[in-house]
Amino acid sequence: MRSVQLIILQRLGLGLLTLLVVSMVIFIAVNSLPGDFAQAILGQGATPEAVEAIRQQIGLDKPPVTRYFEWLGGAVTGDMGVSFAQANFASNFGSTSNTGVTVVDQIAPRLANTMFLAGVTALIAVPLAVTLGILAALYRNSVFDKAANIFTLSSISSPEFFVAYILILLLAVLNPIFPSLSNIFNDMPFDARLKATMLPALTLTLVVTAHMMRMTRAAIINLLASPYIEMARLKGMSPLRVIVTHALPNALAPIINVIALNLAYLITGVVVVEVVFVYPGIGQLFVDSVKIRDIPVVQACCLIFAAAYILLNLTADILSILSNPRLRHPK
Amino acid sequence: MSRLLTIKDLWIEGRSDEQWNPIINGASLHLDKGEVLGLIGESGAGKSTLGLAAMGFVRDGVRISKGSVDFDGVDLTKASADKKRKLLGSRIAYVAQSAAASFNPAHRLIDQHVEAPVQHGIRSRAESEADGIELYAKLRLPDPEHIGFRYPHQVSGGQLQRAMTAMAMACRPDLIIFDEPTTALDVTTQIEVLAAIREIVDQFGTAAIYITHDLAVVAQMADRIKVLLKGDEVEEADTRTMLTAPTEDYTKSLWAVRSFERPKKPAVPADQTPLVSIRNVSAAYGTAKVLDDVSFDIHPGRTVAVVGESGSGKSTTARCITGLLPPIAGSIEFDGNPLAPDYRKRSKDQLRQVQMIYQMADTALNPRMSIGQIIARPVQFYMGLSGKALRARVDDLLEQIELPSDQYYHRLPSELSGGQKQRIGIARALAAEPRMIICDEVTSALDQLVAEGILRLLARLQDELGLAYMFITHDLATVRAIADEVVVMQQGKVVEAGPKDDMFKPPHHPYTDLLLSSVPEMDPDWLTELLKERGVDNIGDAATAKM
Amino acid sequence: MSALLWIAAGLVGMFAVAWAGRWAGQKATGNAPRFRDMPLAVAFGYVAAVVALVGVLIGYVNAYSADPAIANKYFFLWVAVNGLVIFGIAGWLFRLLGRSVGSAATRKLFRQMPLTASFGILVIILYAILAIFAGVIAPYGQSEILGAANVIPGGNPAVGGDPAYPLGTDQIGRDILSRLIYGAQNTVGIAFVTTLIAFVLGGTFGFIAALVGGWVDQLLSRMVDVLMAIPSLIFSLLLMTIASVWADGEKGLLTLYMILIIAVIDSTRVFRLARAVGSGIVVMDYIEAARLRGEGIRWIMFREILPNATAPLLAEFGLRFCFVFLTIASLSFLGVGIQPPLADWGTMVRDLAPFINFAAFAPLVATAPLMAAGAIALLTVAVNFVVDWMLHKSSGLKE
Repeated sequence: MRSVQLIILQRLGLGLLTLLVVSMVIFIAVNSLPGDFAQAILGQGATPEAVEAIRQQIGLDKPPVTRYFEWLGGAVTGDMGVSFAQANFASNFGSTSNTGVTVVDQIAPRLANTMFLAGVTALIAVPLAVTLGILAALYRNSVFDKAANIFTLSSISSPEFFVAYILILLLAVLNPIFPSLSNIFNDMPFDARLKATMLPALTLTLVVTAHMMRMTRAAIINLLASPYIEMARLKGMSPLRVIVTHALPNALAPIINVIALNLAYLITGVVVVEVVFVYPGIGQLFVDSVKIRDIPVVQACCLIFAAAYILLNLTADILSILSNPRLRHPK
Repeated sequence: MSRLLTIKDLWIEGRSDEQWNPIINGASLHLDKGEVLGLIGESGAGKSTLGLAAMGFVRDGVRISKGSVDFDGVDLTKASADKKRKLLGSRIAYVAQSAAASFNPAHRLIDQHVEAPVQHGIRSRAESEADGIELYAKLRLPDPEHIGFRYPHQVSGGQLQRAMTAMAMACRPDLIIFDEPTTALDVTTQIEVLAAIREIVDQFGTAAIYITHDLAVVAQMADRIKVLLKGDEVEEADTRTMLTAPTEDYTKSLWAVRSFERPKKPAVPADQTPLVSIRNVSAAYGTAKVLDDVSFDIHPGRTVAVVGESGSGKSTTARCITGLLPPIAGSIEFDGNPLAPDYRKRSKDQLRQVQMIYQMADTALNPRMSIGQIIARPVQFYMGLSGKALRARVDDLLEQIELPSDQYYHRLPSELSGGQKQRIGIARALAAEPRMIICDEVTSALDQLVAEGILRLLARLQDELGLAYMFITHDLATVRAIADEVVVMQQGKVVEAGPKDDMFKPPHHPYTDLLLSSVPEMDPDWLTELLKERGVDNIGDAATAKM
Repeated sequence: MSALLWIAAGLVGMFAVAWAGRWAGQKATGNAPRFRDMPLAVAFGYVAAVVALVGVLIGYVNAYSADPAIANKYFFLWVAVNGLVIFGIAGWLFRLLGRSVGSAATRKLFRQMPLTASFGILVIILYAILAIFAGVIAPYGQSEILGAANVIPGGNPAVGGDPAYPLGTDQIGRDILSRLIYGAQNTVGIAFVTTLIAFVLGGTFGFIAALVGGWVDQLLSRMVDVLMAIPSLIFSLLLMTIASVWADGEKGLLTLYMILIIAVIDSTRVFRLARAVGSGIVVMDYIEAARLRGEGIRWIMFREILPNATAPLLAEFGLRFCFVFLTIASLSFLGVGIQPPLADWGTMVRDLAPFINFAAFAPLVATAPLMAAGAIALLTVAVNFVVDWMLHKSSGLKE
């Protein structure tokens, strides 16, 4: 057991290190902006006072290393600075007061919304994809498998907004079942919120399910070709028993991997889908901030996305270590 | 005795390139209760397919197109899936080639052992666990009480193979199919498994089909032998008749392979400078030491066979000589001059002098180059030939390896058979005009007849060109055929070295003795006698010693 | 709730039909293995397929309904079914053509090709022609403002179309057909160039890492690990923000930055593959033979490794192209990708998207944004079909 714990500790450490380096990359990327970026952000029309305010706020006078650690320390303690959008707004009125909305205030409710969307998607997509993937593997080269292959390939290849508009067309415009715009607000009853989330969730489900199903199918086919599966068949075990006791315990690691990878993929997918449905999540905030160059928000969103991505990959890694009998029962 | 299994005019096809191609063409066989039938043939003969078909089972992409498999009154080709499933495991069992891959890594051995008896409703879990422990003891597995509670990866290959035989026995089947159960094992381990299998099959009076490509092995195990060639039956007879008086030409040629032996060469003059001299070489991969103080000489025009089981360090020695793995201690001299430890530090001419031929001809030739390009490159690289002179030299080399240039020059390696590819490997080595060639298990991936051809070619080339060979092998028959001197290695050390004749005559180092006596011989009584000689308990001891 | 009850009842009914059908099959064929060994789930699958087909058929017929409300509702199903049939026939004809013209090798290739792959190749060829000759084929310029906005496609004056603009004009009066054709040149061309750069970068470093090993490999691999730890769309959005400050309003420059940014981000994926493929080849005995012969790194890389890596790299090129293409389309859709006045499909979808809400009463109008999105999907689907076939073929060869 000790070696497993050691390996897991190692992975955790590596994950943390990666996150640290990623935060550095993000910071360096943002700080590579030319010249005086406070000026660049606010544009030519900004008052000198506003530029000075921004400069002080982000501490451009301090050396980059100090700034990095301040930013990182802030991020860890939940303080990610003040949104430029607010500062910008203030500057147009010649005000230098620092009453803008903080980045955390902006992100927190939206992050919750996005988590809700991702959760609903995962709840539909994971069982669906794993079941369909296993079925396709069991009946490989059948009509069902071939049809599923064409369908999943097509839905993987299509851009998310294409899938999204088709669903809007079918389920919102032609058959008004769900709203085409996700109008989500606080204190919304759960069923109304679910209904409003349904179309974006379905769009993501379609894309993610296709990926997940193909990967599950490949993993299971790979597994079913192993000699020990043939051995179980030759021992006269029923097809169900072959799957449940012989294939599944070994399939766990690859399937967990597939799920985690695709949940990580969701993070990217969420951006476009939230924009299509005007879903008030972190993805939309990110895109809006990119457009108005609200750098503290962009930076923070980027870090959150990367952290989620790294965390999911790390989870997959650790779970597959835990489900490997060779590591669980060392010699 | 009553009839247990009858296969009549069985045709099996496999699907590839969008069409059905024949694998077995009208095979028939029969088996009485308690009888052991040996199925032998080279790779691609369809023996495994036929063995599985005897269980009414075909792999994906394979189908039985005609014929019947009658097991105790049930035609397995027509029986329903449920009916077949009831027979499999309980009355017909299977022992696969690779036990390591055929045991489910997620379950303990005993759980897999009791699965068939419990699921088929033959025994309760407790009973079959107790029975499993008894079978483990019968098969001389060390610590039978507890070994079943380990996971497959915690048990060695030879032990796993015996555990799998125990698993096959769990329901006391009427028939067991053994599909090359010892092919993946070292010779000294093979003996233990063979003895264990034979004993338990005898004891329970189980009928068996024993599939192998090794004649000597099948001679120990089978009452009757059937020879297959590319899906066709060649002949069938009881073991002793088959060994002493085969009727078909193909069978005779299989037997004849073992008769090749080169004439003995005069002793090396005492004052001759060795071509390659390995002096106290030790080597390691990381911190794991794999070679420990290895020394021996290779003289011009002679063949030194380096023998040992897997992990003995014989291939590592070759890597030290070629400079791929710089030794951590010791030196290597070529023609009296020291060689740089790292091949990158050696001169072009030094590199040219020592060439290599590899075990797997498939990976040794660049699949995207034509035969002509492959052979031409060393000529161009070392001799600087080009144009017509280059082509003439390549033609010459192809002639030396007995492949006509006009047919082979433009072909790709994938269009050649295994033996032809190995010949191209030889030609590429010759093209450098070396003085020594390292042959790393060059015949072990080849069928016996083809291997024989390669050995004869190498012998001829040595006589014509005065080459020195370092011949790495685990097969003592090959050693007997081609070697002048023999070096026996075990766990990174040289155990014994000397001229071939001394080696095959006692007295030996105990390990050499074990190695030599473990190589199966064609005599059907060999295993019985050997066991008598070693004393049955010895095998158990050897097994425990390997723990 | 009643909808759920109906669904449940339908499922139970289908199971009953499946069971009865299997039983009937067993009786009728005298217990033939096909029916005898059929699991209930498979029988259910057949029933479900029949139900789905019948549903589609009913919908298709409904598209011809006299009641416009119903006809409009099923218009898109009608388009989809017709499209599928036409695509199928086109792929089939193209395969037939491939089987009868060309060299023996290409003819053999077409003989073993599935319909999806031949369809994919046909589409890729058509797109290539469109992209290269866009200037000749397109009736108008890509940013030419021609007149009134009229998004009705078909050019049929009876329903309000204008024959001069076969697919209509957009909100500011540019010809949609011309913009779609130029979109092929801009979107596909830029994606192609980006992928090419990513391949040269990632491929070179990947092979070097595999061949040289040691600290070079460690350094490159760890760098790639870090870059890959940030989701690629997020990373490109971040870098595009910075690039937009750098470009300072110059749109051509911004597009150039986008090409470089996406190429670098994507080259990490190519690096991984090239390194994996490369290290698979480097352990081969023929590489060892070449090293022991004293060959230089250039010979080993270009003569020994590269020729053996072309098949997986080509397949990867297809996949990476799709990925890059979709990333660029997504960026453009989000408004930070290819900049106007260049016509581009992602931007067109965003601009024309509101028309989708007219689908219930004017289905033709709603097709405009779907055409641009469909143009993207069609190409990526086609490339994926071809790549899937290539991968399947090369994995089949190993057996």
